Amino acid sequence: MSQTEFKNVDPPFWVAWNQALASIRVRFLRHAITSLGIALGIAFFSSVLTMRLATGPDPSDPGSADRLLWLVCTSLVMCLVGVTNSMLMSVTERYREIGTIKCLGASDGFIVKVFFLESAILGAIGSFVGAFLGSVLMMLVAGANFSTVMLVTLLGTGTGIVMTILAAVAPAVQAAKMPAAAALRVDV
Amino acid sequence: MSLDTRNVVVRTVDLAKQYGDGEAAVRALNGVSCEIFQGEYLSIMGPSGSGKSTLFNMIGGLDKPTEGSVYVNSVDIAQLTPRELAFLRCHTIGYIFQTFNLITVRTALENVTLPMLFAGTSPDDADEKGMGLLELVGLGHRYHHRPSELSGGQQQRVAIARSLANSPSIVLADEPTGNLDLKTGQEIIDLLRQLNHEQNVTIISATHDHKMLDVSDRIFHIRDGQLASIDVKDEVPT
Repeated sequence: MSQTEFKNVDPPFWVAWNQALASIRVRFLRHAITSLGIALGIAFFSSVLTMRLATGPDPSDPGSADRLLWLVCTSLVMCLVGVTNSMLMSVTERYREIGTIKCLGASDGFIVKVFFLESAILGAIGSFVGAFLGSVLMMLVAGANFSTVMLVTLLGTGTGIVMTILAAVAPAVQAAKMPAAAALRVDV
Repeated sequence: MSLDTRNVVVRTVDLAKQYGDGEAAVRALNGVSCEIFQGEYLSIMGPSGSGKSTLFNMIGGLDKPTEGSVYVNSVDIAQLTPRELAFLRCHTIGYIFQTFNLITVRTALENVTLPMLFAGTSPDDADEKGMGLLELVGLGHRYHHRPSELSGGQQQRVAIARSLANSPSIVLADEPTGNLDLKTGQEIIDLLRQLNHEQNVTIISATHDHKMLDVSDRIFHIRDGQLASIDVKDEVPT
């Protein structure tokens, strides 16, 4: 009998990257909607931020800063929950694909990597668009200067990427726990 | 050639699998001991609920036994970490599914090369070997097509090429003709039989298809979680 020799070989990073891009391409509409959700949340965040930076605190209403902070946090959390929900749905929908990839020899780590990448790509695109539009809108309305817009766009994009990666934790773990035998299921 | 002189690729010892606990416990397998030899074409038969799928999954490293052990290439799969199990699936076992299960957004060639990339093969080598495998199954000219542009039989051919990607010792085929018409199913069976002869790869299939049984070297009949009988076919003339 020939003895199997176990080695630790990880596929190169671009294999996971290609898989993530391919998954986004095939479910483009779904991902576009998720991305739009992120864009709206981040647009709100960055427009509020731009307005604050442009006009400064309002001396006649000292509580306004706290209220705004609450509002912004709430919108970000709602956005995060939305992204988690849509990614969890896509894990359930893709049981066979995940099972098949596992049968072909993907480790749990690879599956996790694909889901994080997918989420990060969506987050990067959505939050950049949202942050840019949100702050430009406020530049026109509240008269912020262009350097503020640049700063807020950067901050907004960063926040968005961190947020979507957080949102991907639960779906990625669920996908990695999916049994390889799921690939054999026939029901649609 | 006597069966006993051949290499054993899979051995199960008193294999048992129980789902659930206490009153609700179901014993899907109850003490199955068998040996599967290198280069044989084996069919596993049994009515639904007989434990056929459970046995099939355990041999393929897709499920772990409650009692007893499964040795694939003399490795006890119950002792493996998830990472080692992934390695075993990648290098030692090829899978063919009833529903083909090609990755829909990848071309035929990319589907075949994916397991090789998991195994750490360089992209150029993987492409070269992938093209060779696609030609072997008669689809060399369609390497850049997506699964949606291929017929069911062609998709299954790509899946067969993919299952051979890392030169596995065993190919597991779960009802490989279940979603195909009679003629296409026969072509797939002929292809599997031909590969079985040429590459000396062990083929283990779960099937109801009588055409499949006709070409098998041995047939395991599973009933009520036990290996009820083994049919041994005469050497098929080549």
